[in-house]
Amino acid sequence: MLIVYGGEEMEFFQAILNMSASSLAQHFVNGFSLGSLYALIAIGYTMVYGILLMINFAHADIVMMACYFAFFGITVFHIPWYLTFVGVIIATAILGVVIERTAYRPLREAPKNSVLISAIGASFLLENLANYLFSGRPLSFPDIPLLSQNIAIGEVQIQAICLVIPVMTFLSLAVLLHIVNHTKTGMAMRAVSKDYEIARVMGVNIDRVISTTFIIGSALAAIGAFMWGVRYPGITPYLGVMPGLKCFIAAVIGGIGNIKGAVLGGFILGLGEIFIVAFFPQLSGYRDAFAFIVLIIILFYKPTGLLGVKTTEKV
Amino acid sequence: MLKVENLVVSYGGIEALKGISLEVPEGKIVTLIGANGAGKSTLLRSIIGLVKPGSGKISYEEKDITGLNSQKIVETGITLVPEGRRVFPNLTVLENLKIGAYLRNDKDGIEKDIRWIYDLFPRLEERSWQMAGTLSGGEQQMLAVGRALMSRPKVLMMDEPSLGLAPLVIKDIFKIIQEINNQGMTVLLIEQNANMALKIADIAYVLETGRITMTGTGKELLENPEIKAAYLGKKKD
Amino acid sequence: MKNKRDILLTVAGLVVLFGAACYAQFEMGSYVRRIINLCLIYAIIGLSMNLTNGFAGQFSLGQAGFMAVGAYVVGIFTVPVELRPNVFYAEPMNPLIADIQMPLWLAQLVGGLLSALIAFLIGWPVLRLRGDYLAIATLGFSEIIRIVITNAQSWTNGALGIKDIPALNDVRYIFIATAITFLFVTCLINSSYGRAFKAIREDEIAAEAMGVGLFKHKCMAFMISAFFAGIGGGLYATLLGTVDPKNFLFTLTYNFLLIIVLGGMGSITGSMLGSIIVTAGLEYLRVFDEPLELFGMAIPLFRPGFRMVIFSVLLMACVLFWRKGIMGTNEFTWEKFMAFCKNPVKYFTQKGAN
Repeated sequence: MLIVYGGEEMEFFQAILNMSASSLAQHFVNGFSLGSLYALIAIGYTMVYGILLMINFAHADIVMMACYFAFFGITVFHIPWYLTFVGVIIATAILGVVIERTAYRPLREAPKNSVLISAIGASFLLENLANYLFSGRPLSFPDIPLLSQNIAIGEVQIQAICLVIPVMTFLSLAVLLHIVNHTKTGMAMRAVSKDYEIARVMGVNIDRVISTTFIIGSALAAIGAFMWGVRYPGITPYLGVMPGLKCFIAAVIGGIGNIKGAVLGGFILGLGEIFIVAFFPQLSGYRDAFAFIVLIIILFYKPTGLLGVKTTEKV
Repeated sequence: MLKVENLVVSYGGIEALKGISLEVPEGKIVTLIGANGAGKSTLLRSIIGLVKPGSGKISYEEKDITGLNSQKIVETGITLVPEGRRVFPNLTVLENLKIGAYLRNDKDGIEKDIRWIYDLFPRLEERSWQMAGTLSGGEQQMLAVGRALMSRPKVLMMDEPSLGLAPLVIKDIFKIIQEINNQGMTVLLIEQNANMALKIADIAYVLETGRITMTGTGKELLENPEIKAAYLGKKKD
Repeated sequence: MKNKRDILLTVAGLVVLFGAACYAQFEMGSYVRRIINLCLIYAIIGLSMNLTNGFAGQFSLGQAGFMAVGAYVVGIFTVPVELRPNVFYAEPMNPLIADIQMPLWLAQLVGGLLSALIAFLIGWPVLRLRGDYLAIATLGFSEIIRIVITNAQSWTNGALGIKDIPALNDVRYIFIATAITFLFVTCLINSSYGRAFKAIREDEIAAEAMGVGLFKHKCMAFMISAFFAGIGGGLYATLLGTVDPKNFLFTLTYNFLLIIVLGGMGSITGSMLGSIIVTAGLEYLRVFDEPLELFGMAIPLFRPGFRMVIFSVLLMACVLFWRKGIMGTNEFTWEKFMAFCKNPVKYFTQKGAN
């Protein structure tokens, strides 16, 4: 076995040794940024799954729509980017709630598969709507020189946005954890995620709690989308699809329903994806498959996720 | 105070309550006993608004509360200790109590009531930072009662509080029910453990497959030979 | 248990339909024939998806991937050897397979079998998963299959796709393939295996308690479904004459999702009806993609992409308001047909009474 795989092993070590410190640092920065973006989007998936036990397939497409909103705000309507940023967050949050009200709430009592199909349908509708309204031609996310400029740190060239992304992510995470753990609304959200019937008996307004969850998830997705656009400027109607799948997988890896787990999963996938391609450039076509492989491994060895808790199912 | 008239409730395709009427006067302990599947839980769930009745009327202090949603019903002062405790396992003991007071805004009042609950249930105070999911069955039952009391209810409904608990713990729970009642609380108690329930009840109803078949004071039913035979274990002659 | 009368009627019905296929083959234009063929192929794949999703209750979104496997097997092995260097111009075909050429029927069979094998490999880790996890995992594998196809240049010609696949668009051939598929699945559903699938769909834990081997049956449904999806994919390849990884994006799976939701998840007849409506609909909705002029004014709504918007709205409307679809879990039976023929009005009012 060693003889057969010796070639690849040698390549790997050569890759590490040949890679200079600055290259390594560069890849780390890229991976960390990507991981932060994944983390922001994964939080939305994990929160909705924690409360409604469903995969919000449309979440990825909300990210996509946020990018289009930003495009229209800055490039078409010439609104300053920092104002557009706020506007995009608000617009995306509204979109998230609209989807919840129209596609998910009517099916709350229906069998599980129905809401899954509805989520798929909502996702499909958003993609086709974007394709129809904005045409399938890739649009260019507006350039924001303050964020897209390159900063030199030592030998490493970093895009300014790469410094902003992790800061935004951790800031958002801190705010979110405060809300969830130290406010009445957050307590209600945690209660609803475990037993929504008895939460109702406590007087909690379930509909409002669920809407709040979607607002938070969508707002985070909008923040992520905006920064994604600066980093990867090509916007198409299908830009959310692959990242969406990966971000859900990130949420599963970290333990579905667990916010910190989603962040952890996001970083694992982001860093892993960048470094695999860095060390094995011949595998770059397969970079999207990395997430699914990690998914399979996790589902085999720790199906509840890295930070997840085993729950017994009563028959 | 709480009045149910000709309530008909269907649940999962089956008519669980076939037109029952009962009354819970203020300050009394009323118990409803019956076998598994008789429809007892369905009654409480209808009153608290989790299940919509097919027909009939539920009124509280002369006001019609039939078919209202849970939030409104809890606001009027009725609360439920659910079957199987159903504390929130991912919230601490203290948070469970706080969420019982979800509809209240008076911080000082809530602090005082938490103190009251801790005095009633010292074990809960010991564990106030623990996740409710890690408590024992008896402790969870105490927490569920405490949580219900936090909304300062006027009517406390309890669904099978003795279920799954050790006999000594059951004794404690029933002592506390009586103590709360002495402090003025109206109690509607549902039990399979007919013995304990009838001992503390002022008024008792028997529910059999969706219908009330007998009513009387707790003592009367304890002595009743039919009840003895069906629910209390007749002595061998 | 089909009784003699039903079997005779079914055979007679098939003969009549075959006659219709012959008529279509010789009398109708190529555009209509193409739509009929596409409809039949979509019916096969829709039925395969209904087998896992509708009957066994396993929410799989992997049909596009299995289709791709079948399509590519056909593509790789049926292009005449002498034409291959022309197709594989960027990187020569892998010498292991460069000289193997199979007749169409064999390639399709191999395609189906390979799909089933891959389904087995995927199923082993994935079928333990519950509902939504299974959906994501199968979706992911469908994409992985597509990624592998896009990258394995010497085997599949990568992103360039394969062209010059010998065409087969004989309605009769495709009709026979469809008929065999439908007959097989009908027999399967009516057998003890079919009852096991439905038991699993209704309540897995209870089914397991009754002794139904969960994994064995889930795997069986999954593999058979993949087999027919592969067959459908192979037919699709010969219909198009080319294959391209971009044909098999997971959004293709959504077409079949609409077919089975519209037709009724858990109804074989529904899959056929759903396919007819969706395929015909997709074609005739093309009118929405073209600019429309009324009274000399261009209506601004009608432009490319509108068709798919309507399509997705239809899917949403279906799942929100009409979850059961056309057939629900009912099937076409000869008894119902005869009752309908004898007295159509009574048939519908009686159904209402039931």
